[in-house]
Amino acid sequence: MEPIVEHSGGVIGASWLMIAFPLASAAILLLGGRRTNAWGHLLGVFAPVASFVVAVMCFLQPSGRYDVGLYDFIPGVAKVGLLIDPLSITFALLITGVGSLIHIYSIGYMAHDPERRRFFAYLNLFVAAMLLLVLADNYLVLFLGWEGVGLASYLLIGFWQFKPTAATAAKKAFVVNRVGDFGFLVGLFTIFATFGTFAFGPVFDNAAKASNGTLTAIGIMLLIGACGKSAQLPLQSWLLDAMEGPTPVSALIHAATMVTAGVYLVVRSGAAFFPEGATASLIVTIVGVATLLAGAIIGTAKDDIKKALAGSTMSQIGYMMLAAGLGPAGYAFAIAHLLTHGFFKADLFLGAGSVMHAMKDEVNMRRYGALRALMPVTFITFFIGYLAIIGFPLLSGYFTKDGIIETAMDSNAILGWLAVIGAGITGFYMSRVVFMTFFGSKRWADDVHPHESPSVMTWPLIILSIGSIFLGGYLILSNRLMVYLGPAVGLPEALPQFHPFSPTGLATLALVALGAAIAWVRYGSAEVPQVAPRGSFLTTFARRDLYGDALNEALLMRPGQWLTRLAVWFDNKGVDGVVNGLAAGIGGSSGRLRRIQTGFVRSYALSIFVGAAVLVGAWYVVGNL
Amino acid sequence: MTTHYLVLSALLFAIGGVGVLVRRNAIVVFMCVELMLNACNLAFVTFARQHGNLDGQVIAFFVMIVAAAEVVVGLAIIVTIFRTRRSASVDDANLLKY
Amino acid sequence: MGETFVFWVLAVVSVIAALGLVFSRKAVYSALMLGVVMLSLAVLYAVQDAPFLAVVQIIVYTGAVMMLFLFVLMMVGVDSSDSLVETIKGQRFWAVLAGLGFAVLLALGIGNAFIGPAKGLAAYPQNVPSLAELIFTRHVFAFEVTSALLITAALGAVVLAHRERLTPKLTQRDLARQRFKEFARTGRNPAPLPGPGTYARHNAIDKPALLPDGSIAAQSVNRYVARYEKAEGTLPPEVAQALESDSEALELEKE
Repeated sequence: MEPIVEHSGGVIGASWLMIAFPLASAAILLLGGRRTNAWGHLLGVFAPVASFVVAVMCFLQPSGRYDVGLYDFIPGVAKVGLLIDPLSITFALLITGVGSLIHIYSIGYMAHDPERRRFFAYLNLFVAAMLLLVLADNYLVLFLGWEGVGLASYLLIGFWQFKPTAATAAKKAFVVNRVGDFGFLVGLFTIFATFGTFAFGPVFDNAAKASNGTLTAIGIMLLIGACGKSAQLPLQSWLLDAMEGPTPVSALIHAATMVTAGVYLVVRSGAAFFPEGATASLIVTIVGVATLLAGAIIGTAKDDIKKALAGSTMSQIGYMMLAAGLGPAGYAFAIAHLLTHGFFKADLFLGAGSVMHAMKDEVNMRRYGALRALMPVTFITFFIGYLAIIGFPLLSGYFTKDGIIETAMDSNAILGWLAVIGAGITGFYMSRVVFMTFFGSKRWADDVHPHESPSVMTWPLIILSIGSIFLGGYLILSNRLMVYLGPAVGLPEALPQFHPFSPTGLATLALVALGAAIAWVRYGSAEVPQVAPRGSFLTTFARRDLYGDALNEALLMRPGQWLTRLAVWFDNKGVDGVVNGLAAGIGGSSGRLRRIQTGFVRSYALSIFVGAAVLVGAWYVVGNL
Repeated sequence: MTTHYLVLSALLFAIGGVGVLVRRNAIVVFMCVELMLNACNLAFVTFARQHGNLDGQVIAFFVMIVAAAEVVVGLAIIVTIFRTRRSASVDDANLLKY
Repeated sequence: MGETFVFWVLAVVSVIAALGLVFSRKAVYSALMLGVVMLSLAVLYAVQDAPFLAVVQIIVYTGAVMMLFLFVLMMVGVDSSDSLVETIKGQRFWAVLAGLGFAVLLALGIGNAFIGPAKGLAAYPQNVPSLAELIFTRHVFAFEVTSALLITAALGAVVLAHRERLTPKLTQRDLARQRFKEFARTGRNPAPLPGPGTYARHNAIDKPALLPDGSIAAQSVNRYVARYEKAEGTLPPEVAQALESDSEALELEKE
């Protein structure tokens, strides 16, 4: 890893503009109100495009790790600054690039929404916060961005807040993220207590001096934060509900960018807190594998197209987490998969949005079918995304996912085989989505007239699908991304060689093909019932999100309610009892005592006089002692 | 000899005090208060003589002034109360109670 | 020797008067008893080398304060004698007990205290100038404050005695109007009553006025005198005849 050097001036010094553009745009759109309705979406699109231009210019500068100081937040303790290095630039390019495409797509998708301006304001706010997250040069500013994207996510999931389900989903996402953020915060406190600073440079340099236990504790705490943000087990439950938000939001925030923040955090902190072979890293890989399987299983059972894709997102982020836990050998694959996933999952989500747009916002795939002829562009781009995600040879997903599986297999055979099984399930559920949506017979309602989406929506799809085809190969072949990221995250001892058809790769392909074949038999060639059949225990298990919500309810919510009731009871009977009893006692005794106040002046005078006599007596007694 | 004066003063003071406590006519109560003040004055004058110091007499003088002022205000209050209630009994003015 | 005599006489007198003050039923007697106590004390002041205070005691207390008391007593009602029945339970018992205890304890304390021979005020041969010097030097601030107190007290008394007028004051014109309205309604004579003795040969109070026709003007008869004469049996028959129409005139007022 290269040391971080101070830098100011030049293009790098102006990198803060990346954050400033969308932030200013969001401020203008939110403060300007209805006056900006007419041109708000144009400004909203301009901001991420401008940021993208800045990001590209930074990318074209000589590679290195530059710290751009902005100002002293707490002098001597916390500075606000940006870290421009290959990792952050990569993320910035993804966020602004895919973000710009999704912004453009949203012009068409939200065209009929009266609140489109507000939608763009929130999207800009999200882009600004996400850029702050990945560009921060210390954990404190990173946390600021972290909370910022959480807020934007909350606002956007609940964008249609007149729908009770959307409002509830937003709240759920916020609350579950709070659990993760709590862990993150504890991690931050521990970092500050251990190193006396939040800045990445000193923390990473001094990590070797801290005790193993401390590092593991910090690692686990950061992982809890990452789990919350990236919807990993056990904090996964919010992501499926988050699909209540508008589809561009699902594509941008809940597929391409925000949910990968956890992966970013693990990779960024990897050198210090998740070194190869450490306990924390092992936990990261276990979480990753568990989530990739859970997400895939959930994806198989969902009839809601967005929820099926959300399960897929969980699963793919699980792959990234798995890779991130494998040390420098895995980082490049984690980031590469993150980038290609950003493209093909955004492509899939936007394609799903295009379908929904055509189907009057119907999300149930059992009401789709045979759309490939009516929506050719959407179908082709969606199909490319589908091929990319299942790892069809020579498309993006093939290179990146295969890299992860190979690395995992090298590290631990069990992890490797579980990842292979996950890939097989991916082949099944993604094929299911494609067959139910675009193949088979028409199952939609009579008043629905599917049509191709406008070009403002299809062009982003085309660009994304092109990325889905070529990006993976470009990044992985000759280890381009690994070498590029090397200065920021470190290099493995030996650069991996890409084998086109390794045994593991062939096994993966075979399983994927098997999954796709099963899907064809069940959903492609056979008639799909319009109402979901009851299914076996396993189907119910998957449909109910692996009983994640039930588990949360039984383990956390109900005991929490009992605890609350107990506290309320204790407060009412115990605390209030003491207080009220005291008050009643004082009140009662006062009620009796006040009878002394007869109103007769002579009684009062008598007490004064008797008191005086007693005083004289006391004086006499004391004087005679 | 001064002891006798002091004991007389104490006796008059006690009698005045008992009068304040047992009489209900506000004017008589007031007279008893005056009696107590006079008893105190006697003690002051006696102490002045005992200690060969005129300060006691000065204080007695001030007490007289204050007593005069007090009588003026007190009697005005009694007249006011009598005007509204047609009674000069201190027991009748007992509204300020529990 | 002379002082001892004076003391014992006046001590007995003042204690008896004080007890009388407390226990007499009528407030006026209490006031007189208080006057006796104050005068006795004035003499005792004089005996104890305090001639100025003795004089002030007589002038201020016996003269001004006592007069004020009596004045208020007149206003409040001099006749009413207080009931000596105690209404507050235990008040009298505890009052007497406390008073006795107070007196006994104080007397015991004074009796037991070591009190040497009196120094006397031989150092101040001239009582009034010496007092004046003290008052206007060492105690001048207190003296000024008492002057403020006196003014405040006088103002307070004025404020308390003041009664707010709630209706406008009636003028001569209003009164005349009222009289004639009454006359129009009931026929009551608006003019002043005729004085006794008009057109009569005597103008004594018991002689009724005569009308121009020589008859007796019933309104001019002094009723109190007429009642008295009726009771004595000396009421002249012509007066009785004139008063016949006014049935209430000769009846004793119900009071």
